[in-house]
Amino acid sequence: MAIVTTPKKACAVNPLKMSQPIGGALAFMGLRGAMPLLHGSQGCTSFGLTLFVRHFKEAVPLQTTAMSEVAIVLGGYENVEQAILNIYNRTKPEIIGICSTGVTETNGDDVDAYIKLIREQHPQLAKFPLVFVSTPDFKDAFQNGWEKTVARIVEVLVEAPALEAERDPARVNVLPGCHLTPGDLDELRTILEDFGLKPSFLPDLAGSLDGHIPDEFTPTTIGGIGVDEVASMGQSSWTIAIGAQMRRAAEAMQAKTGVPFRLFERLCGLIPNDEFIAFLSEISGRPVPAKYRRQRGQLADAMLDAHFHIGGRKLAIGAEPDLLFDLSSMLHELGAQVTAAVTTTQSPVLERIGTKEVLIGDLEDLEELARTRDCDLLITHSHGRQAAARLKIPFYRAGFPMFDRIGAGHQLSVGYRGTRDAIFSIANLVIADRDENHQPTPDSWRASTPLRPGGRSFIDATERSIA
Amino acid sequence: MSSLSAAIQEIFNEPGCAKNANKSDAERKKGCTKQLQPGGTAGGCTFDGAKIALQPFTDVAHLVHGPIACEGNSWDNRGAASSGASIWRTGFTTDLNETDIVFGGEKRLYKAIKEIINKYNPPAIFVYQTCVPAMIGDDINAVCKAASQKFGKPVIPINSPGFVGPKNLGNKLAGEALLEHVIGTQEPDYTTPYDINLIGEYNLSGELWQVKPLLDELGLRILSCISGDGKYRQVASSHRARAAMLVCSKAMINVARKMEERYGIPFFEGSFYGIQDSSDSLREIARLLVERGAPSELIERTQAVIAREEARAWAAIEPYKPRFAGKRALLITGGVKSWSVVAALQEAGLELVGTSVKKSTKQDKERIKKRMGQDAHMIEDMTPREIYKMLKDAKADIMLSGGKSQFVALKAAMPWLDINQERCHAYMGYVGMVKLVEEIDKALFNPIWEQLRRPVPWDEVAKNRQTKAITQMDAQAAEITGDPETTRRAKKVCFCKEADLGTIEDAIRSHGLTSVEAVRQHTNAFGGCCKRRIEDILATIPVSSPPAMQQAAE
Repeated sequence: MAIVTTPKKACAVNPLKMSQPIGGALAFMGLRGAMPLLHGSQGCTSFGLTLFVRHFKEAVPLQTTAMSEVAIVLGGYENVEQAILNIYNRTKPEIIGICSTGVTETNGDDVDAYIKLIREQHPQLAKFPLVFVSTPDFKDAFQNGWEKTVARIVEVLVEAPALEAERDPARVNVLPGCHLTPGDLDELRTILEDFGLKPSFLPDLAGSLDGHIPDEFTPTTIGGIGVDEVASMGQSSWTIAIGAQMRRAAEAMQAKTGVPFRLFERLCGLIPNDEFIAFLSEISGRPVPAKYRRQRGQLADAMLDAHFHIGGRKLAIGAEPDLLFDLSSMLHELGAQVTAAVTTTQSPVLERIGTKEVLIGDLEDLEELARTRDCDLLITHSHGRQAAARLKIPFYRAGFPMFDRIGAGHQLSVGYRGTRDAIFSIANLVIADRDENHQPTPDSWRASTPLRPGGRSFIDATERSIA
Repeated sequence: MSSLSAAIQEIFNEPGCAKNANKSDAERKKGCTKQLQPGGTAGGCTFDGAKIALQPFTDVAHLVHGPIACEGNSWDNRGAASSGASIWRTGFTTDLNETDIVFGGEKRLYKAIKEIINKYNPPAIFVYQTCVPAMIGDDINAVCKAASQKFGKPVIPINSPGFVGPKNLGNKLAGEALLEHVIGTQEPDYTTPYDINLIGEYNLSGELWQVKPLLDELGLRILSCISGDGKYRQVASSHRARAAMLVCSKAMINVARKMEERYGIPFFEGSFYGIQDSSDSLREIARLLVERGAPSELIERTQAVIAREEARAWAAIEPYKPRFAGKRALLITGGVKSWSVVAALQEAGLELVGTSVKKSTKQDKERIKKRMGQDAHMIEDMTPREIYKMLKDAKADIMLSGGKSQFVALKAAMPWLDINQERCHAYMGYVGMVKLVEEIDKALFNPIWEQLRRPVPWDEVAKNRQTKAITQMDAQAAEITGDPETTRRAKKVCFCKEADLGTIEDAIRSHGLTSVEAVRQHTNAFGGCCKRRIEDILATIPVSSPPAMQQAAE
């Protein structure tokens, strides 16, 4: 349906996009006892660290190879070696995950070869889990970094099961995209367990960045999936991938272990969850628990209550492809019109978004489109706050980063219940905005006065979107 | 790039820096900071430092020439405040892609400058160099020069690629760029004998505005603030100031010193953190201005304002003294703040159990000693694990630090207060110190701490259940290991009156009892629900030969 375009601007203004290496680092943070390491200047790590800390409001493990000018000239081998040794000796991690950056990719550092050499030089590291992912800053976006890293973890850490090994019929692998929050993962875990399934989440941010208070101080991640559990994922009977970005990891899993996968591009909305629950019932061989029949009813009721407020709304949304597809489709299915859609990187789901055009651009583009097309609902991450203030329209924060509100890690959007809560939050913003800014006055009913910006009529909007 | 390394060398030779003056030539060449340790470093890069130092200029477009990471991951993340312009909060970046890396990014940079001028028309553009374009040889100086000429607008190159060093070096490189390209390029509309520059003040949370009313009252004009709530025109004409105050210790010492050298503007290092320091700073400003020709009555007026403000502040802090009695604070911060807030905290009655001196200079340390006494607990380098342990063991009641270490305190369920750049309260000047004390009080006495430190009751329940189970198991174990006869005899027969098998057997044997009724008379046994059991016992003991009876008969 939608045409994907790229603007011909030389200068990105108010970036929507974040860089690949920190997307990769976040994926490593879903492993237990992990220390993500960015191979680049110390600033690459420092910026990412600040961003994660402000979003999750948690201590975040992230290290740097601290490349200096001289190190760049000489190549990064020594820095990678020293960094690994320092981390290994000081923080006693269970795994070190390494992502390259713009600097070291421009330089052409062959980190896989470095790792081989380091293992030879230091026998204590011979078997130690070290995973390297190539994530140059000057290509792709945050979501791609996550995608590549999870696929790489599968390739390196999952063990191919022996031929005669039996699969555990109750065990299921879940590969969540980076658009899901720790709260979403907890919700999915509950759903799967209610069907008697035993899920292994890779990565499992719900174990590490959900805010729980550990008994002991640890400089690495305080939870997440263990390397041993990752290794045994080949014994599962199914892999559930969530978000189109996870196809790569799911295929890698299938290629290595033969575990079949089912990809759910969306888990926000009634129909996607019907399919999801039906699938769980099918693979578990159990009827759907009464709880979910009730939750489905509650979601249906929420849709009935919310459609008055969301129907006809002109939505301006800026997000990474999978989140954009998920949220915009859910609102489209509630009668909203996706009037401006901006994203960060290419993805096969973009052309299926219910709109005419999807722009790979920045928040300046989104703000401009929202202004010229009279949008009256803005959805993007926290960096959209300036645009929202200028546009004076309701602003729902979604995605990463969300640094100016608390509870970012627990914002729900998956499952019947998560969809219901998301719908309530968005509809309430619209209601509050009408009460505060759009109370009728005698003038608002005069036919002669043109519709003020922000004034809305469904017919008017439809005509314009057709025009 | 040769100019960049020259600039860095010059910074390392800074004569205004006391630390530098004591070094040998070879040491000086190595630079100011310890070699960064791969895998053990936490801190910003040079580009980060340059941006921090300059971004508070509010009417300038700050364009970052590099891949998305440098700006995309970091924009709009500082708490500086603006009284008007907002373009400084707009993120501009060339977002270099693979093709640019191969063919060079200069053309894209030039076009980006053009786009910004067409769309936003700011009074000036600052272009920040980052690692990748520096590596591929993009000459931003040349592009900026060409763009300046073409568009008739200052386009200033800030040569600060992240790989050359840490944040602090970036502050200084930013200062060098201002000295080279900006300061002295315009003239102010008018000058007064009361014009001052503030150097190294970033107006975080708008805290400069807590001090400004005092300056206004004294008739002092901030000709230029570098860079909090600053405007391009102000800094360009800042060379006409009569005196300058260097606010953030060493960060921009090169700017202050070179302005003194070039334009004869005397400067002093001061701080508006802490009551004593605020007063000292105001006095020093007045003194320098009078020395440069301002009427001498300024000093008396300043003294009057200081006396009034100090009295007010101390009076406001006074009520907290009894509340803070016996409370201990741990201060983890760098540089100036390691000593400047110490006085206020002590005056409020807090005991300081330690202050970090990792980023402090020798002078800073001297000042700490002066304030906290010779045995001041100065912490050189404390790992998060150590801080956590210290708080967990309740060696301190509150920690004051920057945002990065906050979770160490919070996860130990210990009060914590942000006193670095991400904080949301302004602690500058006299009112700021009172605010700080207020915030400490709020943090210390918040009811959450008591709740969070309480042990979980269901852990207790579980533990009790466990103890019970263990006692039972122990008892069973004793049964197994103990003398079988004792165990057998200890078995309860009557549960109501607690009569055991041994007692009943003895009674039967010694008295030759034959009926439940008789047993009841001779023992505690009630003979109700245990009637059947007593009958069974009677049945097992032969009546004919009760050994006890025989004994008695003999």
